Amino acid sequence: MPSWSVNDQRIPQGRLALVSYVFVAIVALLMVGFWKLQVVQSGHFADLAERNRVRSIPIIAPRGPMLDREGRVLVDSYPSFSILLMRDDLKSLEKSLPQIEDGLGIDPDDLRQELEAAKNEPKFLPVIIKPAATQADIAFVESHRADIPVLELMMVQRRRYPHDSMLASAIGYVGEVSVQDMDQSEGQYRPGDLVGKAGLEKEYNDQLEGTDGMRRVVVNSVGKVMRTLDNVEAIPGKPVQLTIDYDLQAIAEADMVGKQGAVVAMDARTGEVLAMVSRPTFDPNDFAVRVPKEEWQSLNTDKRTPLLNRAIQAQLAPGSVFKIVMATAMLESKQISENFTAYCPGYANFYGRTFHCWRPQGHGVVALHAAIVDSCDVFFYNVGKLLGIDTISHYASGLGLGRRTGIDLPSEEPGLMPSEEWVERVYHHKWYAGETISVAVGQGAVTVTPIQLARMAAAVASGGTLVQPHLLKNFANSKVDHFAISDNTVEQVTQGLYGVVNEGGGTGYHLRLQNVDLCGKSGTAQLMSYDAAKRLGTKTMDGWFVGFAPRRNPEIVIAAIVQDTMEHGGEAAGPVVRDIVKAYYDKKNARTQQQAITDPPAQPNSTQPLVATVGAKRP
Amino acid sequence: MKDRPRTQDFDWVLLAIVAAITTLGVLEIYSSTHASAMVGMQWKQLMWLGVGIAAMFIISRIDYHTLMDQAPVLYMFGLATLLVVLVIGHSRFGAKRWVSLGGGPNFQVSELMKLIIIIVLARFFSEVRTDRLTLTDLVKVAALTCIPVGLILMQPDLGTAMVLVPVAIVGAFLAGIEWKHMAVGLVLVALMIPVGWNMRHHLKPYQQQRIETFLHPEENPRSAGYQVLQSEIAVGSGGFWGKGFGKGSQNQLGFVPVRYSDFILAALAEEQGFIGVCVVLLLYLGLILRLVDNAQKAKDRAGMFIVMGVTAILGFHVLVNASMVIGYMPVTGIPLPLMSYGGSATAFVFLALGLVMNVRMRRFVN
Repeated sequence: MPSWSVNDQRIPQGRLALVSYVFVAIVALLMVGFWKLQVVQSGHFADLAERNRVRSIPIIAPRGPMLDREGRVLVDSYPSFSILLMRDDLKSLEKSLPQIEDGLGIDPDDLRQELEAAKNEPKFLPVIIKPAATQADIAFVESHRADIPVLELMMVQRRRYPHDSMLASAIGYVGEVSVQDMDQSEGQYRPGDLVGKAGLEKEYNDQLEGTDGMRRVVVNSVGKVMRTLDNVEAIPGKPVQLTIDYDLQAIAEADMVGKQGAVVAMDARTGEVLAMVSRPTFDPNDFAVRVPKEEWQSLNTDKRTPLLNRAIQAQLAPGSVFKIVMATAMLESKQISENFTAYCPGYANFYGRTFHCWRPQGHGVVALHAAIVDSCDVFFYNVGKLLGIDTISHYASGLGLGRRTGIDLPSEEPGLMPSEEWVERVYHHKWYAGETISVAVGQGAVTVTPIQLARMAAAVASGGTLVQPHLLKNFANSKVDHFAISDNTVEQVTQGLYGVVNEGGGTGYHLRLQNVDLCGKSGTAQLMSYDAAKRLGTKTMDGWFVGFAPRRNPEIVIAAIVQDTMEHGGEAAGPVVRDIVKAYYDKKNARTQQQAITDPPAQPNSTQPLVATVGAKRP
Repeated sequence: MKDRPRTQDFDWVLLAIVAAITTLGVLEIYSSTHASAMVGMQWKQLMWLGVGIAAMFIISRIDYHTLMDQAPVLYMFGLATLLVVLVIGHSRFGAKRWVSLGGGPNFQVSELMKLIIIIVLARFFSEVRTDRLTLTDLVKVAALTCIPVGLILMQPDLGTAMVLVPVAIVGAFLAGIEWKHMAVGLVLVALMIPVGWNMRHHLKPYQQQRIETFLHPEENPRSAGYQVLQSEIAVGSGGFWGKGFGKGSQNQLGFVPVRYSDFILAALAEEQGFIGVCVVLLLYLGLILRLVDNAQKAKDRAGMFIVMGVTAILGFHVLVNASMVIGYMPVTGIPLPLMSYGGSATAFVFLALGLVMNVRMRRFVN
């Protein structure tokens, strides 16, 4: 027998029973606990389980392409991959960082900085470490799936501008949706969505933007997709066909390389914009991925304002181009005889001040036609003095100066056409009569945009039809204004403008083209007074040329401005206009020829060269 | 009366309950792992069950009085093994709990200590001749318990260390602890809570995290709090009737942590619903009540203490595990006996049941 009793049979039945009651109570309490979760709160937890299990992955819809009038691609989208870094497994993340930096060519400091910035966000949100992965990057991720599981690829749609900065000012750019837009969109946008921020991208955003699709997938606890529940395909954005003619645009771009200024070419009959250039400009591809902060700042603070679309936003003195308006006002108002002449000794005195003509030796006695052809300032000083500011303003405004043309681009500027009423309203003093003399030659308070000048010239040559310029090919409800101009006036003014290019001594004589009735008017706006320019020994000017063809009811009208130039408008901007008009007619004639070949009975064996030759120094 | 113990005298009702519970466990292990990299785990568990049943038969043949005779030797052996583990044992999941058995499966030695503490305390309480425990007795009980508890805590394994304590408490209660001592003990425990709270910075980081997580489960949605939350989601989303066998998304997609082991009840709750949970809990209650019944009918006090030691440990396991699954207690790594996958744990439960059979068989022996 052991030292301790084996036969002690005092079993504490009462306490044993108590122990079993305690266990009954414990089990009952546990059941209540499960009841609470599984019956009372089961809906809530079922909801959480579903959210755990199902993940909605957006399928990004590509933005619609932009095409030129012949269907050539100006802007498109392409699928691309972003590389994501998963942060839920910090240990293996740390381990593979050097390998990732090496394989993807990412600066270690940048990467660590990005991770640091994302530190306070939920761990299951990945960080985009490379927004536009190259083929090599994708291959790197794919081949290291096993040993670097923290990398993931995400397909996105990117904007591509194949011609880089061509037409950039009109096209604009895309960027991530702003917080305000997101709030206003009532859930249409998610953070990170791309929207048009400027130009056509903004104007036609609704059309270009597709509808994102959604893929609902079942994922396991480590986020691996197990199967797809359903798939709502993305609806791609619709294409936007523009009125731009790629060939003309290319010529305009080439002519403006290295210059500052703008060109706008328009179908004078319809308002269809054929080419639009603004320089300096930017490359919208830079905005398609992510704009480095410094670059954005430099674009925004650049004194040469590359983000400005000068064709519709630069408000400039029209210079002598304004004489088209003056001539029209003179003939239409009938306040002055058609045969009015003035003597130009190179200057004239008005209200105790001397006003110079651009030609110091003077023009002698000039009438209207010669005054347009030679651009005599003194003649128009006198006309302006006789007409008065309000008459000038009436005709200028009627021809669309100082007000928006209604072009389908955001942020068009109105320019300014001064009047007595305006100066009293804004400056609270009487109009200085001397100001009228400056306005008469397109200086002083009057400012216009290039698109306004193009539209004005087309209106005058077509008897007062003011078209609404637009860039969308199927532009509905084009608004046409009428400002009746008598046939006599149209004839006399266009004769003068024809003379500018086609008469010896005209300021645009060097621009003449064979077989094309090119008409136009040069303009040279002074950025400082003659005295100041003489003192400094420089002549910094804005050189304009506005041209159209043919003479009556023109097909094409072009306004070009080259800024900060040493040349007069005819030399600085004239060749740009001429080159575009020549290309326009070359193309038109080639097409006619093409039709002649495919359609022999109409014009058999037409080998006659219909291509216009250039009659000036530039090829 | 027979002259020797016979296997026919096993508690077959108890074994039927055990069979029901283990069947549910194996099925749920299958459901949890069949579509994962751990496919086939149910076969391993069946093997462990076979090993356990064999061990149960073997231990039932050795008279528990003989085992209790060797209590001091067993106790020293247990402590020595725990020390060896601390020195040479290898880490798994950040804790030294395992001893390699010559290249074979590893054995968690603290499971062995559970068995030893049952025998040791049963021996101690049997030696108390009166119906009431003196303060000296209580201090001795506390010392006997606290030494292995401390060693296991050093591994560190808070869960298993805590499991030893109910053996002492239930034993002391049955051995006739005085109500005033019990009241003082309760007050002391109540006072210990704030002290322990202030001591929490001396815990291991993972233990601190578990406590933090228990108190604020939403704050850290991807780590330990995430586990508890996912377990609750599994349980709650199961609803009254459950999602069906093999159809629980939380379970099948791996949101429930260690769903084949510590959180197997969450997996079952999701797939079998409140109804399934009730069946399981009632089976456990049946098991416990049947164990208490065996204690009540034990031939002597020694046998009664052995059976109640087993009851205390198994009951505590069920309470803590089920509470953890529904977020009422922190995650301590205590498995659900007979259901959770695991070799050492399964072996321990069957060895413990072998002790119970041992006691029962001998009540029919003269």
